Amino acid sequence: MGSNMIVEARGLSHWFGDGEARKQALFDIDLALPRGSLTVLMGPSGSGKTTVLTLLGCLRGVQNGTVGLLGHELHGASEAELTALRQRLGFIFQSHNLHESLTAMQNVIMGVQVRPGVPDELARSAATQALGLVGLSDRLDYLPANLSGGQKQRVAVARALVGNPALVLADEPTAALDKDSAATIIDMLKRLGAERGTTTLLVTHDNRILDRADRILTLEDGRIVSIAGGT
Amino acid sequence: MSRLLQWIFGRLPIGWLQLTHKRGRFLAALSGVAFANVLVFVQLGIMNSMGTATLRPYEFFSADIMISASDANALAEGGNVARQWMLQAFADPDVTAGMGLFVSNVPWDRGGKDISFTTFGIDPAEPGFLAPEIAGKIALLQVQDVAILDRLARGLTRDEAAAIRPQTPLSFETQNRTLTALDTFAGGGGFGGDGFMFISDQTFLSLFPSRSSGAPDHILLRVRPGADVAAVTSRLRGLISDPTLRIRSYADAAQEDLRYQQMQRPTGLIFGFGVLIGVLVGLVIVYQVLSADVADHLREYATFKAMGYGSRFFLGIVVEEALILGILGFLPGLAVGTAILTLMGKVTALPLGMTASMAIMVFVGTVVFSVLSGTFATRRLAAADPADLF
Ligand SMILES: Nc1ncnc2c1ncn2[C@@H]1O[C@H](COP(=O)(O)OP(=O)(O)OP(=O)(O)O)[C@@H](O)[C@H]1O
Ligand SMILES: [Mg+2]
Repeated sequence: MGSNMIVEARGLSHWFGDGEARKQALFDIDLALPRGSLTVLMGPSGSGKTTVLTLLGCLRGVQNGTVGLLGHELHGASEAELTALRQRLGFIFQSHNLHESLTAMQNVIMGVQVRPGVPDELARSAATQALGLVGLSDRLDYLPANLSGGQKQRVAVARALVGNPALVLADEPTAALDKDSAATIIDMLKRLGAERGTTTLLVTHDNRILDRADRILTLEDGRIVSIAGGT
Repeated sequence: MSRLLQWIFGRLPIGWLQLTHKRGRFLAALSGVAFANVLVFVQLGIMNSMGTATLRPYEFFSADIMISASDANALAEGGNVARQWMLQAFADPDVTAGMGLFVSNVPWDRGGKDISFTTFGIDPAEPGFLAPEIAGKIALLQVQDVAILDRLARGLTRDEAAAIRPQTPLSFETQNRTLTALDTFAGGGGFGGDGFMFISDQTFLSLFPSRSSGAPDHILLRVRPGADVAAVTSRLRGLISDPTLRIRSYADAAQEDLRYQQMQRPTGLIFGFGVLIGVLVGLVIVYQVLSADVADHLREYATFKAMGYGSRFFLGIVVEEALILGILGFLPGLAVGTAILTLMGKVTALPLGMTASMAIMVFVGTVVFSVLSGTFATRRLAAADPADLF
């Protein structure tokens, strides 16, 4: 696999259910994400966008085809290998999924602490810095309940980015946000990605985001039907 | 607290933050654990005091071997033993002395509230068979109808008991005779009677005319200093031709009595059962709280799973919570348990109270059982599937 590719999938197919209910969600997908790129994944509801994300994110086992991620083959990888690989990824979900009992700071620290042996002070300074980058320096000790929707999602972005992940996977991170907050989040992702060389795969329906993408992949019925932008 | 836990676990104390986030539920859980602790403490306290009370009368005597009837499970229970076996025991060169011991309950009717004395009829000429505190006083018993009373007996006021002296004796009617208490000793109320009393064997026989001097309830023996009690006991079993008699070292007799009270008497079993219930209540409470807590945080846990946290991390959170509940619930449980036992001891004149060994045992039990039910609660974690988060 090309050393410039963070992800390289070939002939990726996926099925849900068993027997009669067995239904194919992905058909023979080929896809590669170059280091440092921001790729947007589009497509109608049910086309398989989330399924692609969970497969690349090591959250589901690969059934058919090959997926190379950071130099590891995911097809046939053990649960322990997948867990270890996930520590090098950053996830941003449609809802922020912050822990209600932890402050903004503590939520972000969780993104560092997953790697064993990180000293406490280092985790704190990294979290402080990440929250600063998303403009929340003055909200470090706030519980999620005391933050606005946009602020919570920014904490989630900080949590995903604090560990300097090689790949960020985001599934409609702006769907629950108003226009301004959404634009802020995307600009942030783009800027941080450029600064740190982070590769981002972003699922969205949001047309406002398209012009910020390096590449746009469109899925339909489990197949990639178009690729716009550089290859 | 948060910092201490951070230092212990080497990570954010998520369990602590999670528990204290829902203050009301946290306090309810702590009271539940404390309640279970109190339950166990009270039952254990009663069981302990039953043990102390059972062994207490054995401390009044100083003997090496005791011969009792086959059905004499306790000092005041069972048939009697023919005195001739004592004479036969003297045939063993290591047996140096013997005394017949008579035991019966003697009621003292105080107009409405009886005091029931577990009464020992002894030979006043054998002070060597009595513990030093009592031995010094039994010469008084050479006079007919004289008694030495338990000054800790239930129903006897402290002032009343303190007033009893040879110069100011206390007389009372029982079994149609008048007994005169000339002195007192420290016995203590038990489960079988309100207190103890010593009288001479002659006085005993006149109180109970149906009893015969030739058949005391137990025979106490002493052996030559340095002799092997176990060896003498087994020799006596061969020497004494009544195979139904229980010939035991004095220490064994006391321990067998204790086991009998705790394992075979319904009271002992009931208190043992109470301890079990307390443990179960604690287990269920901790399990309920922790599994509800896991269920409430499935989404957060799934997020952590997606971020790359493994199963050890989640087990760690739940164990952390279990330890917090166990330790913080134990402390008020200990305080309330101590208060209740002390109060009960005052009211019942039973040797009830908190002991260090009891506190340590219950603490260790609480922590172990909390962690155990915490580990059960983690089974729900399997439902946290990070693939469902997107
Ligand atoms: N856990 C599952 N079990 C069974 N079928 C599933 C499961 N997840 C997805 N599917 C099916 O797979 C197909 C692709 O679903 P997927 O969630 O990937 O679509 P999507 O493009 O993310 O849609 P949306 O825009 O609505 O989020 C759909 O037909 C869906 O019904
Ligand atoms: Mg989706």
